[in-house]
Amino acid sequence: MIRVAVQTGAIDVAAELDIHDAGGHGASASFIGRVRGDDDLIELFLEHHRVLTEAGLAELAHAAADRWALAALTLIHRVGGMAPGETIVLVLASSAHRAEALAATEFLIDRLKTDVMFWKRETFADGRVAWVEPRDGDQGRAERWD
Amino acid sequence: MALTVSYFAWVRERMGIADEVIDPPADVATVADLVEWLARRDERGALAFAEPGRIRAAVGGAMAGPDAVIGDEVALFPPVTGG
Repeated sequence: MIRVAVQTGAIDVAAELDIHDAGGHGASASFIGRVRGDDDLIELFLEHHRVLTEAGLAELAHAAADRWALAALTLIHRVGGMAPGETIVLVLASSAHRAEALAATEFLIDRLKTDVMFWKRETFADGRVAWVEPRDGDQGRAERWD
Repeated sequence: MALTVSYFAWVRERMGIADEVIDPPADVATVADLVEWLARRDERGALAFAEPGRIRAAVGGAMAGPDAVIGDEVALFPPVTGG
């Protein structure tokens, strides 16, 4: 079962895990990305494309399902404004055994950072506003899966 | 031919609009041509597209390189930074 969502509301990790785990899978791996409050950051804003972003997530999810034997996959990304500590992204992958679940989770978060249309804008306590620049390290991690 | 162009993140901010319908000259055939033409068209275009190497594109809903031929819908944006 593949579930993909882009939402403005808070991601309820416990509720999503309940839905995801309904099948009682042998091994479930998760990645939860949260807003860091570094350098007095007060808001992180996530911009997306109303059609292509969800299509990109679905494409990524199907690529993972083609590559590993997965029993369930959940990929939820938040958009809009959020505060430090809030969840930006949730990746859940389940399989009969841990290796597939862990590898698929890592693949999904690595690729998500370089392949899907999201842009981050940071606002700091001193009023500074800046769009986040892509990091070479993210590109390198994503390319490991080619 | 009418072309719908949409802009995202700092490209959108520098253009001052999220999308527009334009009618570029016939010799604007590829993504790279379009970016160059927008950069020459006016001041905000010059600001948004000063560095073509930092611009990514999607044509008709699929990611596309600078040499991709434009159809009737193009999105222009910076490299993505999600996750």
